[in-house]
Amino acid sequence: MVNKLTTDMSLTGNGLRDWIVQRFSAVILGVYFFVLFGFFVFHPHPDYLILSEFFSVTWVRVFSLIALLSLFLHAWVGVWTVITDYVKPFPLRFLLEAFTILLLIIYFFWGIEILWRFV
Amino acid sequence: MKLTNYSFDAVIVGAGGSGMYASLQLAHSGLKVAVLSKVYPTRSHTVSAQGGIAAALGNVHEDDWRWHMFDTVKGSDYLGDQDSIEYMCKNAPTAMYELEHMGMPFSRLENGKIYQRAFGGQTLNYGQGVAQRTCAVADRTGHALLHTLFQNNIKAKTHFFNEWYAIDLVKNAAGDVAGVIAICIATGEMAFFNSKVTILATGGAGRIFETSTNALINTGDGLGMALRAGMPLQDIEMWQFHPTGLPGMGILITEAVRGEGGYLINKDGERFMERYAPHAKDLASRDVVSRSIALELRAGKGFNPGGMDYVKLKLDHLGADVINSRLPGIRELAITFAHSDPLVVPIPVTPTCHYMMGGIPTNMHGQVITLGEQDKDRIVEGLYAIGECACVSVHGANRLGSNSLLDLVVFGRAAGLHAEKAIKSGLPLHPIRESDIEHALTRVERWNTNKNGEDIKTIHDEMQKVMQSDFGVFRIEESMIEGLKKLKALRERLKDARLKDTSQIFNTARIQALELDNLMEVACATAMAALTRKESRGAHSREDYPKRDDLNWLKHLVVFSDLSVNYRPVNMRPDSVDPLKPMERVY
Amino acid sequence: MRFSIYRYNPETDAKPYMKDYEVDVPHDSDMMVLQALMLIKDQDETLSFRASCREGVCGSDGMNINGLNRLACLTPVSSLKAPITIRPLVNMTVIRDLVVDFTLFFQQYEKVQPYLQNHAEPPATERLQSPEERAALDGLYECILCACCTSFCPSSWWNPEKFIGPAGLLWAARFLADTRDTATEERLANLQDPFSVYRCRTIMNCTVVCPKNLNPAAAIAGIRHKMVEKGS
Repeated sequence: MVNKLTTDMSLTGNGLRDWIVQRFSAVILGVYFFVLFGFFVFHPHPDYLILSEFFSVTWVRVFSLIALLSLFLHAWVGVWTVITDYVKPFPLRFLLEAFTILLLIIYFFWGIEILWRFV
Repeated sequence: MKLTNYSFDAVIVGAGGSGMYASLQLAHSGLKVAVLSKVYPTRSHTVSAQGGIAAALGNVHEDDWRWHMFDTVKGSDYLGDQDSIEYMCKNAPTAMYELEHMGMPFSRLENGKIYQRAFGGQTLNYGQGVAQRTCAVADRTGHALLHTLFQNNIKAKTHFFNEWYAIDLVKNAAGDVAGVIAICIATGEMAFFNSKVTILATGGAGRIFETSTNALINTGDGLGMALRAGMPLQDIEMWQFHPTGLPGMGILITEAVRGEGGYLINKDGERFMERYAPHAKDLASRDVVSRSIALELRAGKGFNPGGMDYVKLKLDHLGADVINSRLPGIRELAITFAHSDPLVVPIPVTPTCHYMMGGIPTNMHGQVITLGEQDKDRIVEGLYAIGECACVSVHGANRLGSNSLLDLVVFGRAAGLHAEKAIKSGLPLHPIRESDIEHALTRVERWNTNKNGEDIKTIHDEMQKVMQSDFGVFRIEESMIEGLKKLKALRERLKDARLKDTSQIFNTARIQALELDNLMEVACATAMAALTRKESRGAHSREDYPKRDDLNWLKHLVVFSDLSVNYRPVNMRPDSVDPLKPMERVY
Repeated sequence: MRFSIYRYNPETDAKPYMKDYEVDVPHDSDMMVLQALMLIKDQDETLSFRASCREGVCGSDGMNINGLNRLACLTPVSSLKAPITIRPLVNMTVIRDLVVDFTLFFQQYEKVQPYLQNHAEPPATERLQSPEERAALDGLYECILCACCTSFCPSSWWNPEKFIGPAGLLWAARFLADTRDTATEERLANLQDPFSVYRCRTIMNCTVVCPKNLNPAAAIAGIRHKMVEKGS
């Protein structure tokens, strides 16, 4: 049962949905990094002040949140796939999957905490 | 020897077109059926068929199964049994629709119906014009047919024994067949398949010749089994030489090329078939075209008179669209094996052994017939034969192109229907004794124990050489007598030959040895029959007897394993139409 | 010309080994690898391999030749660098020498229900299909089940039991493309788990090695496309 869980617990349990989520989140991340890239082009030497100013704008903060969520989903689909491809022994796979999901959750909430610290 | 015992209602040997049609027919009956095949079903030789399947659907023009029947009887040079031919042609359209409903991916006409093309010897209105009667899947009809049947057998949950090789029939004292002995190629396990009905669907034996369009697996296994069980082969002298095989390898170039408008040329660029068959030209029947090519080559009109000689098949004038949509497989083959792209240059071709019209004699239900008391027909209880290994005699002395796939389908179905009825009406497992099984094991025992004889390779090659040189397109008494003598000597040598590799797991050397036994039986029977029939009819063309002789030879010739010869009358009593009287055969 | 061939007979050999053979190949010969193998078998009858049609339509003689999966009967010796190394199809259980076990391969094929499904009563004659509709099957139905593609697919190496593999999926696409088939939704639903189709990473090995020049990778993309269209 747990074995089945670790092989089948993809994000949505459905290949098509996982696939769409992965591609959709990739687009969001792509646009987000494009925006970030633009920011760094205009601010070649950012300091704390410039950064905190930028991240206190509401749309940037909302967009960053969406990007964080996308990263979470995108990474889970991708890393889960790689783990199920290469790691066949159950205990190791379980540990790796648990570790990954934990890490992603931590990143997500840590991100929220950072973003909203500027309020 | 340790033997596993299996018990089935019906055992089908061979998973080509006819075997898998029969199994499909039986699968819906609720009976216990097994299919033994020495290769995975999709490797069977049906897969190589290219041009199509004849059926008077009338999709392109008005058509009538009676016209189809006329063409088939004429094509057979009147040696075909007219009741069987009638049955086949009449049932052809139904069979086509069944295949279509099963999912066979036929090419289509603009109106959405099955595409039909012209083929050799197929005419309108009793010989009045060229008919488009051949249903096609581009030039991959056999592949599409075989895969469709395999797929539907998967759906029907047919029980396949893949890579099991049938060795010999088990026959009881009364002469009834109680099943077969077979070996699992992968493990070497031997088993007795005890069955109420055994259906041989083992295909042809074109590998008796040196060059042949046939797959390497076409070794006449069913024919060898039948001969050793005391049954005869019928009309086995009738071997079709396909006009267009690639020189050397013998790769088939379908007649559909000519059906689509291609034609043959000699080294002067002349379309020589106009001289030999003024009306049908390149679409005359195969025996006629092959002989014409052979005569051209003999007259020095070939492209390579010193070596492997050939004429050429021109189709570049058809244009890229027709070639790529209707003949894509041919283009691939010509490029791969003859380095000739038919879009640009003609393809080299030469007559090549292609099809065995003869085989195990059967009635139109597929039941095997042998000669009983006073040489009267006797049905062998429990044994059927279908497809190329059978001689239900729809092809007589020369088969029309696109009638062979039809034969598989129609008689595979007929045998399935008949066997089902027979089993359901209470056919028992035929009683056997231990000694009956032991008898069927003698051959494989011999190969396991012979230690000192010669290798099979030389015997195999010499047999093919003899067949190629003495029993080809043209035949003549003196060389056939010589040829038969050599074959008899080879058959004796084969009895003492030995196998170096006697391992159990996937021992293909052992399978080849067992196959050679069968090839040798068929080669000897062919030689004997060819020497005996003193006339020219269809594919059997004797230089010393160049005319057809209906008075003496309008009869089936049967040969037994001891090379004794006998005769059976040709059936001239169709059920619903008037008999077709022999006429002079011109195209 | 030297051939180096993978040999293994579980009855006698503790483990597989490579064995060298010399074959006389005339300079301008158009000999195929299959014929060379037959000549080698004349020297050493213990060498086992499968072959049937010898013209590339039966799918018996798929093997790994100089690193690529190909059909022996369609591979000219002259196109290869010596020594020619021949191994069984990659990642399949070896029964003996160049003969591999096809059981799993055919199981994967059967999973896609490779037969026409249409529960409506068939008409008295053929079901109609326009030439354009029929053309949708071209490039799909010609598959010969030689397993060259599936055996060469990394996704199949990683998940041989769960990922159907390019050959099976090509057949799935063939029936999805057939206007006569009415089981499209069930077929798509059966393939929607995270493994059957979606383990394809478009590595394209299948398309590179297909001896019939088919494109299983495109067929798989087509299946995904159909799933998105159906929005299920």
